[in-house]
Amino acid sequence: MTATEIRMVDAIREAMRAELAADPSVVLLGEDVSVGGPFGATKGLQDEFGAARIRDTPISEAAVMGLAVGAAAAGLRPIVEIMFMDFATLALDQLVNHAAKLRYMSGGQLSIPLTVRMQAGASGAFGAHHSQSLEAWLAHVPGLKVVAASTPADAYGLLRAAIRDPDPVVVIEHRALYWGRGPVETGEAAIVPLASAVVRRPGIDATIVSWSRMTVTALAAADLLAAEGIQAEVIDLRGLQPMDTATVLASVRRTGRAVVAHEAVGFGGLGAEVAARIGEDAFDALRAPVERVAAPFTPVPAAPDLERAFVPDAAAIAAAVRRTLARPDPRRRSLEEGR
Amino acid sequence: MTAVYADGMALGLREVLAEDPRVYLMGQYFFGLTRHRRLTVELMRDFPGRVWNPPIAEVGYAGTGIGAAISGLRPIVDIATASFIFQAWPQVVNEAANIRYMTGGQTGVPVVFHITHGIRGGGASQHSHSPQAMLMNTPGLQIISPSTARDVRGLIRAAVQSDDPVVWIDHVKLFDIEGELPDAPETIPMGVADIKRRGTDLTIVATSLQVQRSLVAAERLAAEGIQAEVVDPRTLVPLDRATILQSVGRTGRLVVVDECHRSCGVGAEIAATVAEDAFDALRAPIIRVATEDVPIPFSRTMEEAVQPTVEKIIAAAHAVMEARRPRG
Amino acid sequence: MPSTVPSGALPAPQRLPQLRTMLRIRRFEEALIDLAQAHDVGHFHVYIGQEATGVPALALLEDGDVAYSTHRNHGHLLARGVDPNAMLAEILGRATGTNGGKGGTLHLASPAHGFPTTSASVGGPLPIAVGSAFAFRELGRDRVSVALFGDGALEEGAWHEAANIAALRQLPVVFLCENNSVGAVTQQAGDYPSSTLAVGTLADLARPFGIPAAVIDGSDSDAVHAAMSDALVRARSGDGPSFIEARTVRWPGNQGIWAELVTGRVQVHYGWDAATIPDPHRAWFAEHDPVVRAVREALAAGAGRDAIAAIDADATREMAAAVAFALASPWPDADEAFANLYADPRVNALATGRRAAK
Repeated sequence: MTATEIRMVDAIREAMRAELAADPSVVLLGEDVSVGGPFGATKGLQDEFGAARIRDTPISEAAVMGLAVGAAAAGLRPIVEIMFMDFATLALDQLVNHAAKLRYMSGGQLSIPLTVRMQAGASGAFGAHHSQSLEAWLAHVPGLKVVAASTPADAYGLLRAAIRDPDPVVVIEHRALYWGRGPVETGEAAIVPLASAVVRRPGIDATIVSWSRMTVTALAAADLLAAEGIQAEVIDLRGLQPMDTATVLASVRRTGRAVVAHEAVGFGGLGAEVAARIGEDAFDALRAPVERVAAPFTPVPAAPDLERAFVPDAAAIAAAVRRTLARPDPRRRSLEEGR
Repeated sequence: MTAVYADGMALGLREVLAEDPRVYLMGQYFFGLTRHRRLTVELMRDFPGRVWNPPIAEVGYAGTGIGAAISGLRPIVDIATASFIFQAWPQVVNEAANIRYMTGGQTGVPVVFHITHGIRGGGASQHSHSPQAMLMNTPGLQIISPSTARDVRGLIRAAVQSDDPVVWIDHVKLFDIEGELPDAPETIPMGVADIKRRGTDLTIVATSLQVQRSLVAAERLAAEGIQAEVVDPRTLVPLDRATILQSVGRTGRLVVVDECHRSCGVGAEIAATVAEDAFDALRAPIIRVATEDVPIPFSRTMEEAVQPTVEKIIAAAHAVMEARRPRG
Repeated sequence: MPSTVPSGALPAPQRLPQLRTMLRIRRFEEALIDLAQAHDVGHFHVYIGQEATGVPALALLEDGDVAYSTHRNHGHLLARGVDPNAMLAEILGRATGTNGGKGGTLHLASPAHGFPTTSASVGGPLPIAVGSAFAFRELGRDRVSVALFGDGALEEGAWHEAANIAALRQLPVVFLCENNSVGAVTQQAGDYPSSTLAVGTLADLARPFGIPAAVIDGSDSDAVHAAMSDALVRARSGDGPSFIEARTVRWPGNQGIWAELVTGRVQVHYGWDAATIPDPHRAWFAEHDPVVRAVREALAAGAGRDAIAAIDADATREMAAAVAFALASPWPDADEAFANLYADPRVNALATGRRAAK
């Protein structure tokens, strides 16, 4: 099929439409999904697939998640839409204690093919209860898979893979990316494996690891750096748990320098995990500390200016890359000292 | 005097109840189902009306604790087994953690949430959680994670005196471990790590029960001639980075031992922050000893296989001692 | 007193002040909707159509009582006397806002006026309100805690747990449910939002806990005044929690996700000259708008048209000034983003570290 330029929010809907059409066991549950939800991601699906498969739910996240876990255990493939990722807090017991564990606890007898779509991120001055990026919590829970797309094509391909997956997958969508357009192919070939990082921009001087909206920011940072003659390689992680560590390590072994950029709070964030893995497995290749660029250790402030200050920008990522390049090479220095 | 950890807890609770009439205990499973549960009964007897046994409603009574804290009490809310905190999650992370910040500093929430974390033996997947890494990623909470009778007693006082929410995390396997208690009450400040054992060859940063396991490992390493320094952060938020970095600055080698799952665990943050700020001092890769990325299995052999043990700590210490990189 | 005044109803001299507060809320929300046309205000919820619930109910609170509100909080704060300048400034994220720019429309708070914090997590504040009541009881304070929430909050499990605890301990809390989805049953399928509860009458949810429950017309300020008076008496005399379901017919501008002035601005003369109400929203203004109803009631209580027009003009001017104040207010300093996480400055510095801001 030929690629057409569509918005990410439309790519998400197309992915659901494709899987709903392909598999009668796929159902969609969420608040106001019959009318498209707050951002239109599910608009029109009820007309096409009927009220039995596209179901509005009460504002009862815990019960809805539990219902979906039970439905998945009994043979359906539910897609649950959590209107804002912040509200996943209300369903966390069902996700952590049930969805993530039932295959394991039952010794492999149960399968929970559940997809949970969550819209996340800071934009639009929604404040502390509607803006969080909470992927580190979910990536910490064995049994959950977590993915996040930065392009409409990946939003399509990852969501289709998630719906087909035999285990619970959390799909994180960034609302600031919903209206961005990109080429999207719609077919089996467009499905993206869940744990597959991709090099968005090749480079030789430093590696930037990012995901979701921060990949867009990282690419802007790479443009800034290219103007200075610095060639940064930008990796879009896409799969956050499990993670394609091999692609990251291969890049860092070539460049010797790494920056991890994400929008979530830095302390205890997924960036720490990426940095720790690089430090463990590419220690000898590292010529500078792995820098983390992330949100500060505060809730998301509401004021537009404070919100902008909260979200890392391209300048911050570029500055971190420059810092890694400004480091003297410790190995070279010790060699020189040894002479 | 010598006392077990559970006695330190009970003494800490007794002291804050006696000193401050605003302190209430909401919940009564501070000691789980262990033999120490009689200590709660004694507190109920000695402080009538100050210990409330709430319904099985974690969202409801965690929120009750928050509201009570806003309106003048200093509640210690016992969520009991840490796995149950996921039921209370929206109250702990969405409400308590955010309120001071969201209100621009107008309203404080001096509440303490108590949980008992970790692999306790036969707890399986739904009674063995160590959720501290997830809580650590939540700005607005403070997290105390003591490892000795003295620390738990002193940190309880700090937690109750704080004007902001605190999650107090115990490990059930600490309850019977003996230690020294000073005669007088003391307050152990937030964000001050404690070097539990001095050493020059490598640094082991460990938390909660793993401090005790690391001390055992350090004794065995000493018998081989390897001197390990054991650093206990005591509070995860705020984290005393300076003490950790100074220790690694001296030893050049670091093992982090924590019972959270490896991915995005407490160990990841400590490893990443040391690699950032003590890069030139590091002479070997940082090794994390953590619980493997699987739910906790029930059977004893599998439980042992997935969790940090003295043997795994020793193996990690050997690995960082073998790796060689000249100092930068 | 004339015998036609229902028990607990508002004395006639208070009609005009009550109308003034209701008009101030209406003009505030209308000004905000206008402001959002020209400025990036973000998403917000307005209190239009519910003024006759919040104003008389919250007027009965006393110093030291607390109320926990929701995403639809503007009317509640104005009813308790919070400064509209600081509220609009907060909604625009300015340094002069009630929360210094860290809360925004969803979290407007003013402890000095009895609003310790405002949660935008549906159902979240219900147990917190119960907790304040718990503290009042234990501290021996004769105070009441009010949980303000919409019909949707009853869909959350938090309601069930909070109600159980309040009833078990007979706590001084009032659950004031503002059911603004009336009309939802007759709405076209797909209208947004609609209450999704299997119970026919929301107040029935309180009864199994033994919590006295009243169902009232939320656009009838006398009914609200009476029900709230009863609930507060019950709470202050140690007789435990109460539940009030105040039903209002949804303002047409609140049918979509974004509030829109589809009805145009209310005119006080709709209250004395119904013929001037334009189609197609004649029915809502004439039958359901609490402000128009309050105008009629004020007239009946002896207020003059000129007096009513004058307080309306005052309210309109006040809110125009609030808009100007908010727009002229400075943005918060970026460093403010790192303040107020913890009270203890040492802990605050240690925890925020400023590392991530580099």
